[in-house]
Amino acid sequence: MKTFTRVSALAAVAALSLAACGAAPEDEETTSAEDTAAAEETTEAAEAVDFKACMVSDEGGFDDASFNESAYDGVQRAAAELGIEHAEAESTAESDYAPNLEAQVAAGCDLIITVGFNLGDATAEAAAAYPDTHFAIVDFGYDEPIDNVKSLYFDTDEAAFLAGYAAAAASGSGTVGTFGGMNIPTVTIFMDGYLAGVNYYNEENGTDVTVLGWDGADGSFTGDFSDQSKGQNTTQGFLDQGADIVMPVAGPVGLGAASAIQSAGGAWLIGVDSDWTESAPEYADIVFTSVLKNISNAVFDTIEATMAEWSNEPYLGTLENEGVGVADFAEGTVSDEVLAALEEIKAGIIAGDIEPSTAG
Amino acid sequence: MSDQTTATEAPQQERPGRASTVLREILSSSTLVVVMAVVASLLIGGVLIVLVDEGVQEAAGYFFSRPGDTFTAIFDELGAAYSAMFTGAVLNLDADTFAQTIRPFTQTLTMATPLIFAGLGLGIGFRAGMFNIGAQGQLLIGATVGAYIGFTWDLPWGLHLLVAILGCLVGGAFWGFIPGILKARTGAHEVIVTIMLNYVALNLVAWLLTFDAFQREGSNNPISPIVAETAQYPKILGSQFNLHLGFLFALACAFGVWWLMERSTLGFELRAVGANANAARTAGMNVTRATVLVMVIAGALAGLAGSAQVLGTEKVLTTATAGSLGFDAITVALLGRSRPLGTVLAAILFGGLRASGPTLQVQAGLPVDIVFVIQALIVLFIAAPPLVRSMFRLPAPAIEKEVAA
Repeated sequence: MKTFTRVSALAAVAALSLAACGAAPEDEETTSAEDTAAAEETTEAAEAVDFKACMVSDEGGFDDASFNESAYDGVQRAAAELGIEHAEAESTAESDYAPNLEAQVAAGCDLIITVGFNLGDATAEAAAAYPDTHFAIVDFGYDEPIDNVKSLYFDTDEAAFLAGYAAAAASGSGTVGTFGGMNIPTVTIFMDGYLAGVNYYNEENGTDVTVLGWDGADGSFTGDFSDQSKGQNTTQGFLDQGADIVMPVAGPVGLGAASAIQSAGGAWLIGVDSDWTESAPEYADIVFTSVLKNISNAVFDTIEATMAEWSNEPYLGTLENEGVGVADFAEGTVSDEVLAALEEIKAGIIAGDIEPSTAG
Repeated sequence: MSDQTTATEAPQQERPGRASTVLREILSSSTLVVVMAVVASLLIGGVLIVLVDEGVQEAAGYFFSRPGDTFTAIFDELGAAYSAMFTGAVLNLDADTFAQTIRPFTQTLTMATPLIFAGLGLGIGFRAGMFNIGAQGQLLIGATVGAYIGFTWDLPWGLHLLVAILGCLVGGAFWGFIPGILKARTGAHEVIVTIMLNYVALNLVAWLLTFDAFQREGSNNPISPIVAETAQYPKILGSQFNLHLGFLFALACAFGVWWLMERSTLGFELRAVGANANAARTAGMNVTRATVLVMVIAGALAGLAGSAQVLGTEKVLTTATAGSLGFDAITVALLGRSRPLGTVLAAILFGGLRASGPTLQVQAGLPVDIVFVIQALIVLFIAAPPLVRSMFRLPAPAIEKEVAA
């Protein structure tokens, strides 16, 4: 044991010293003219613009594989492409919202983006206290617009409607399923659109495809956005009842659904928020399609727009402005006929002829 | 904690459970050990900060060609981190006005308020030999009752606040009463029952928040209406500070708990039961009554911690109202060695750590997780007094101090 400890200690020391043997960075004057020019160019591209975008998460944190993370990606992209400064603060409890916002105001943030309805009150309060700072909030709208707060929200039911229609067409068993993390509007809007899409397919084609897990008012919810085993159980339950396409609207819990479907075989998954063939490549072979909610783009666009001029005009992601959409369908699952029908429906939703939600 | 739990499940009543032995060991550790535990945690936190810093990593890559860079990077990073913590929790020396300068400290006290309440309750339990893990649930139920009174009832100034506070107190006390009576009547272990009741409370609140009665008009989000102004704790230093009356109330409770435990007959009974339940029973004390009472008082105080949230800082009820307060309060009580003064000081320390989170993230660009690592390290060191003693070469205590003394 003692020898082992000694040997490992020696190895560790050796590794550290080898790692520490790198050359120190050269000083400026030794670089050639060419290098300097190149260096100047890079500095120009990454030159810090006098604009600071900040972001406050809710309790999920920026690694929630859900909307906090999408929004954070938007800030990261803005920092890389627009060269803005940025700062982030994760909330771990409700009592962190206000202090996080205040710290960011104090740090001189030009635009502070908050994520989720939980931060609605705190954002409104901070906006009132600091009228010169601009705020934006993801997934939440105020009844009365506030001058220095911009709301970013999404008509995800429009995209889910298309996914529901396609799922109804592709289902071999005539049964599809969906479940949510919690019964809250930002989740159920997916399920509403999905159900409405399936119903629309039934009306048009005289079929009787049923949806498990959501009836327009209540349905299956796992109760949180973190426990993957619940997603696995719920999905297994759907599969046992004959469902062959399942759409989990529960952030990372959906990965549990994916693993249940993968091990059962013969069924498909509909991803949400991002394209799951990219965000969860290990399940790419069972992803039927994904209902996209482009929070990251919306955040990026908001930052870019605010750098030029402030406007509190809410941003509403729709099929029309591609704030929401569906990813490519898995090969061979959807016939050309259905694809054509989907194009028509999409046009109908954009034109307002088709109501993409069961809620009316 | 799990092995303590199973150890006390042993049927023998004669020997005191391992849990209470450990508890006593922790409670009797000297103040110096506690202080050193905090120091060690801050130091290790500093090492972690240095290790993850990119600037330091980069400079360490060429350590042997220019070692100075590495040390500069280390000192820069540590300086930024500790000064951000100081700015966030104690004084903001860059501020223009006096109010802004002292604002961080008032924020620390505000953050400490619920921890004082809940920590006091847990401390009573620990001294009476009850390992109450249920402050989280008790806090949440108290907050629910208090918030409901706050946003539905329409009462005049003063009275509304009083009734709402009372609601928090009763709600928490009720949630503490359940494990108390189960333990006293059936012997159900309080650790398990309180942990389970935390889940029940959380899911109960989540369920309640799906009803219109607990939601805002025209919204389906699980967030309650804002508590009426008449039911909010008034701000004691003016509207620019968040510090509210709840803090003074918490200090008053700390005094009350001190009097109860040190000066009253009831307190003596509770301590005696904690020291040795069998001896207390033989001496003619009512152990059943003491068990229930301890849990009710602890629950009531946890409920008041809920009032600091819903009537003080947050003003709304959501499933996140309790945060991790109920569990942080356990650490606070242990750190304060279950004494009222110690609990208040420990709560202020934790409030400060909490309050430094935003500046740590925004100013120093460090993840807030560092704060939790430091908190967790404190727990670790507090739970192992011999470890701290050997780290700092402190002498071992000559005689085990008697808790009930």
